Amino acid sequence: MNKNNCQLSTVNCHLISKSYGVVKALENISFEVEKGEIFGIIGPDGAGKTTLFRILTTLILADSGTATVDGRDVVKEYNEIRKHVGYMPGRFSLYQDLTVEENLDVFAKVFNTSIEENYHLIKDIYVQIEPFKKRRAGKLSGGMKQKLALCCALIHKPSVLFLDEPTTGVDPVSRKEFWEMLKRLKNEGITILVSTPYMDEAALCDRIALIQNGQFLKIETPENIVNQFAQELWTVKGVQMSKLLNDLRQYEHIRTCFAFGDTHHITLESNMSTVENLQDYLQTKGHLQVEIKPTKASIEDCFMELTFEKSESYD
Amino acid sequence: MTSIGTDKTTQQIGKVIWAENLCKKFGAFTAVDHISFEIEKGEIFGFLGANGAGKTTAMRMLTGLSKPTSGKGVVAGFDINTQSEQIKKNIGYMSQKFALYEDLKVWENIRLYAGIYGVPKKEIAPRTDDLLHRLGFEKEKDTLVKSLPLGWKQKLAFSVAIFHEPKIVFLDEPTGGVDPAARRNFWEMIYQAADRGITVFVTTHYMDEAEYCNRVSIMVDGRIDALDTPKNLKDQFNASTMDEVFHHLARKSTRNAD
Repeated sequence: MNKNNCQLSTVNCHLISKSYGVVKALENISFEVEKGEIFGIIGPDGAGKTTLFRILTTLILADSGTATVDGRDVVKEYNEIRKHVGYMPGRFSLYQDLTVEENLDVFAKVFNTSIEENYHLIKDIYVQIEPFKKRRAGKLSGGMKQKLALCCALIHKPSVLFLDEPTTGVDPVSRKEFWEMLKRLKNEGITILVSTPYMDEAALCDRIALIQNGQFLKIETPENIVNQFAQELWTVKGVQMSKLLNDLRQYEHIRTCFAFGDTHHITLESNMSTVENLQDYLQTKGHLQVEIKPTKASIEDCFMELTFEKSESYD
Repeated sequence: MTSIGTDKTTQQIGKVIWAENLCKKFGAFTAVDHISFEIEKGEIFGFLGANGAGKTTAMRMLTGLSKPTSGKGVVAGFDINTQSEQIKKNIGYMSQKFALYEDLKVWENIRLYAGIYGVPKKEIAPRTDDLLHRLGFEKEKDTLVKSLPLGWKQKLAFSVAIFHEPKIVFLDEPTGGVDPAARRNFWEMIYQAADRGITVFVTTHYMDEAEYCNRVSIMVDGRIDALDTPKNLKDQFNASTMDEVFHHLARKSTRNAD
């Protein structure tokens, strides 16, 4: 590896745009990922996550903008990039008719290496699926396919790993195990770009980009995103939660109001109303035992706030 | 374990689902291992569990798609062992893979499902207009479903699943992949349906969504290891979130994930 590249960011994306017909999948995306970082791209389906990954893994071309991965240009040096990155697409990329063992062997051979050479990288993951190594990939459960796909993406010791929604549809316990595996890979010096629709996984990344409608809403550490929440956020709890939500929405000085499990999260037009005013209002609506408490914003609160601010600024 | 009284008919009044010792075996493997529970009318019931814990198998028995190996159950007033066809007609079902026809227009999808579930012909048109109005979809009436945003498809899929006003609707991971605001809008629709008396049986991998439920069950290795209100479960396991409760229980699993 070229020594100079060590000083540069591992992924560098500058004003990348991509449209499909009239749909703007990505609009002026710029960001950098440092070596050894876990960088999360967090947003709903259709936000542009997969398009961005395909551009960075040299599978499609951007309409405009430039990007480098590991110091190499995604257009001019695509061949080199392909040798040095691992990519786990959202839909499984395995050969369904080959066994677990054969799949891994194919990926190793394509990259001119062997399973033995980089076994230490995949060992923790592979031992979990090894009992089924003679089983065809098509016959594996979702969780095992996910583990095999990760092994296949790792077997050539990539310097950058792209994981497109690796945990979608996976239960919370398995998701946690998966993130523990990523932490260990980070310690091996592998840079990881990972996308997810689960906002609770944001906290596990070093930095995250929140993405919606092809645009980044914010790039920050998870802590800073939460700390930069500019509103006073309150939880409201009552007996009739469904009616309470409707009545909160009707309140003339309500700014935002969302159901959040066992409480509702609200922000007020702070110069127009106080919590005491709101309490009085709710009492007139028949809510007698209402608890209103200040609370700290979660990543989901931040995502919705940023979306809200954006829609307000268009009005 | 819930004790079931001797006089079943009185026990079943007000119960939209009633299950006693339901079991499903595939060869030597017990996918669902003697589960018993009851669900009231208008209740939002969260059905949680790790991948492979047996949720899908249990749901297939409750929706009349699969016969139990042993055990009894009544859904929407019909016996799961002998009246599976009636069950199918009297429930609603929606999964993450929406059953909407992408190449049909919004109103055509509604019309199709209304027909399948036997909604009287002269009621279909006014109820379709009413639904489109409530969803704010009037302008999208003639839009092909494939060009709707994901959050809208989800709302439509749910509305279609309860268009025939079933006693109970089964939702299998209904909110995967949508943005947080759309996810909340969707839960508001669930609340509204429950307020109208429709029982909601829902699976999810979002533990914060478990908090929206009146009661929650957690399956581990084919058994229901916990069943209570989210508040009581959190108290019982001395946890501040349902996520902690879930981890506490699912860690005991000895089954290799799914």
